[in-house]
Amino acid sequence: MVSEHIRRHARNLVPDRGNVDADTKVALFSRQIQETHATLEYVATTDDVPGAITRYLSGKNLPAKVVLAPALAKLPWNEQPLLETKVGATRGEDAVAVTGAFAAIAETGTLLLTSGAESPQTLHLLPEHHVVVVRRDQVVGSMEDCWDRLRAQGPLPRTAMFVSGPSSTADIELTHYLGAHGPRRLHVIVVDR
Amino acid sequence: MIPTSRQFKENAGRALKDTELQKALFRVDKNFTERRARAVKNLPEFESLRDQGVAIKNHVLDHLDHYLEVFAENVERAGGQVHWCSTAEDARRMVLDLCRSVNARSVTKGKTMIGEEISLNPYLAAQGIEPVETDLGEYIIQLADEPPSHIIGPAIHKTKEQVSDLFLEHHRRYGKTKRLTEGEELVGEAREILRPRYLAADVGITGANFLIAETGSSVIVTNEGNGDLTQTLPKMHIVLASLEKIVPTLEDAATLIRLLARSATGQQMSVYTTVSTGPRRPGDPDGPGQYHVVLLDNGRSKLLGSAFRDILRCIRCGACFNHCPVYASVGGHAYGWVYSGPMGSVLTPAIVGIAEAHHLPNASTFCGRCQDVCPMRIPLPSMMRHWREEAFAQDACTWRERMAIRGWAWLARRPRSYRQVARLVASYLAWRGRPTGRIADLAFARGWTATRDLPAPAGRTFLDLWRERGRT
Amino acid sequence: MSAPRVALFVTCLVDLFRPAVGFASVRLLEAAGCSVEVPIGQTCCGQPGYNAGAREDARGVARATIDVLHGFDYVVIPSGSCAGMIRAHYPSLLADDPRYAAKAQELALRTWELTSFLIEVRGFVAPPGPARTVAYHDSCSGLRELGVREQPRRLLKAAGTAIREPENRDACCGFGGAFSVKYDEISGEIARKKCSALAATEAPLVVGGDLGCLLHLAGRFQREGRKISCRHVAEVLAGIDGPAIGEAGS
Repeated sequence: MVSEHIRRHARNLVPDRGNVDADTKVALFSRQIQETHATLEYVATTDDVPGAITRYLSGKNLPAKVVLAPALAKLPWNEQPLLETKVGATRGEDAVAVTGAFAAIAETGTLLLTSGAESPQTLHLLPEHHVVVVRRDQVVGSMEDCWDRLRAQGPLPRTAMFVSGPSSTADIELTHYLGAHGPRRLHVIVVDR
Repeated sequence: MIPTSRQFKENAGRALKDTELQKALFRVDKNFTERRARAVKNLPEFESLRDQGVAIKNHVLDHLDHYLEVFAENVERAGGQVHWCSTAEDARRMVLDLCRSVNARSVTKGKTMIGEEISLNPYLAAQGIEPVETDLGEYIIQLADEPPSHIIGPAIHKTKEQVSDLFLEHHRRYGKTKRLTEGEELVGEAREILRPRYLAADVGITGANFLIAETGSSVIVTNEGNGDLTQTLPKMHIVLASLEKIVPTLEDAATLIRLLARSATGQQMSVYTTVSTGPRRPGDPDGPGQYHVVLLDNGRSKLLGSAFRDILRCIRCGACFNHCPVYASVGGHAYGWVYSGPMGSVLTPAIVGIAEAHHLPNASTFCGRCQDVCPMRIPLPSMMRHWREEAFAQDACTWRERMAIRGWAWLARRPRSYRQVARLVASYLAWRGRPTGRIADLAFARGWTATRDLPAPAGRTFLDLWRERGRT
Repeated sequence: MSAPRVALFVTCLVDLFRPAVGFASVRLLEAAGCSVEVPIGQTCCGQPGYNAGAREDARGVARATIDVLHGFDYVVIPSGSCAGMIRAHYPSLLADDPRYAAKAQELALRTWELTSFLIEVRGFVAPPGPARTVAYHDSCSGLRELGVREQPRRLLKAAGTAIREPENRDACCGFGGAFSVKYDEISGEIARKKCSALAATEAPLVVGGDLGCLLHLAGRFQREGRKISCRHVAEVLAGIDGPAIGEAGS
């Protein structure tokens, strides 16, 4: 009985909301993650990402330095000669991290970030600004869709973290503040191809 | 945590006079109830999800030992270890041993109710290991040396001014001498102070909202990300959880996660919902080298075979607290232990005993709002009534009360005597009520007249009048 | 179609504190075409003992009540709390009693709270009354155990009464039976909030279906010096005048 239930890992009721076509999924994801105080922009290809990063930094008056997840190291960063990049984990000395994502969920406006050699977990947590690059084809309808994709690539990573906005707290008089301990700003770049 | 539930009435009396607390409780009441209502409205499938959540949890409880076995196997397969602890003392000892095994000097903590239940912090501190609370609410009450007053917002009873004072007093040693008044500044200072503590900690201890049998994973749910920093940066991650947190599969967890955040704070998902499985993998640039799950019984398996089994479905969302008129009047501290509100009124007597906690299930109007909003459809009023039955059977109520109830029941089965007594009481009270029609002070009913008048009866009972009018 | 035989179970509070509610209920039930009897052996539904944890005592009282109410087509009760006790709790209370389990089930099926009976079973329309504005208070047991919410409002509106809803209308008034006395400070505080919300509607009259709530609210209004009256919905619908709850000459 028990092993059967686990073996089948059947889905329970999945809300209908994420059950839409691909374009609507992206729109639904975008709208909802922005409602959680994240910001979001669209670019055409991954080649446009370094430029978008430069714009993000100058728009916020931040120094032109970022730490990158290894998964993004091969993007054309050399096209942004004034941008200083380093690759790997962080101990908190970096203000801005740029990473990819494993998936994004349309139903709730959520990113799925996994730990691993290509995506150090510390990048997702320590820097004040976290920029996440998501491809359109990574946007799925529901958390259940994420489980399917995760299972397909093998055993679970050390952490699979679902993120729905920048870090926040309401512990003082139930007033909402950003940047409790995790990133204060979450910026999503949605890439067409 | 040492229970003070016996003093519930005194605690409640103080709470009612505490104007700052009353302001805080008003905020809680308004805020959480409105948000939950909105979140429920925005998800048409909510009621069906509740039914499914109940089915999942009932299924687990029916097969708890098997699922625990599967969970443990999978934790080990992923490179972690499971430690079974019967009592609070066993769990404290186990955590201490684990901390000592890596020469821990400080440990960071994500919010864990089990940690409070077993009084972990003072124990570690006494052994020379410094526990650092990282959830902002828990951090605040750690500074204030107080227990949590709400399972979701442990410091909601504190005003901003009180937090400013606490930070000024305790952050002086970090060179902070300015008294901050803006909420954003306070949050910023906490972030700044805690950051090095996260990085310095040898061990990170979190609770678990769920434990997933299929994969041997633990799930934590936070808005701050403090749990994630706690479990990622140190060399060892310890998960403290009670047995009933098990769910079978990732899909089952998804269903319960949908119910949890909506019921707790009205969010669709909390900002961070993290599934952790084992220690860091070879090739991971960060993450803890060791992953330990300390599984605590502390009375849970006894509850399985009892009339209180359904409380094991609780997912600790706090919706019952947020909708309870008693909690809204007195706050969490009055209940005197870790778990307050309606679920606390059922769980606390099960763990600390009905003699200590008898006030909790008694201090309820049985309005039923808790059961209405509980995502797990736990029949909280029935279980509180059941505790009252246990207390009555065990003589944990006063002899005066016992006599009153027995006397009333005796009369109620003897209509003629009942009518005679009713006749007397009605005319006495009517007489006492003249000429205004109400009684402001009644010696044997000071419990009523202390806070309200007693409307006086007409003087004749309905049954007498009915008979008089020849209708019988 | 002959008139159904209805047993009126007045409740211990109505019997003791406010017979007018009983007479109003009879008037309404007769106007709705029922033949009404008041079984003289009735005393109490057993809820006080049941909620105090005196399960055996409560079972004894329940059996006696079941016997008293035997044989009628319907049992109608001007109280959500007592009707809830019989409908929602008698069956489980006596589930393991071989002699009374079936009787409890059967009684539960023919027991009704007054306003739901009038609307759902009799399709009753109350006679028009004076134009007035009231605030309505739902008892928690009526609301949550029996689903009584729209029925009293439909009856009142059809009779020309305007209804105002207080903020947080589903919140408890703080009565809770013995709770009102055992935890009187908390009960008083919950009442203070409810009275404040009711007063804010600016309706001069508060109407409800349960005398327990009404005695508690009226007592609180009076202690606070507010000039707000309380009446049971039965009295209002039946057009029974006379002093409101806790007013002189009741």
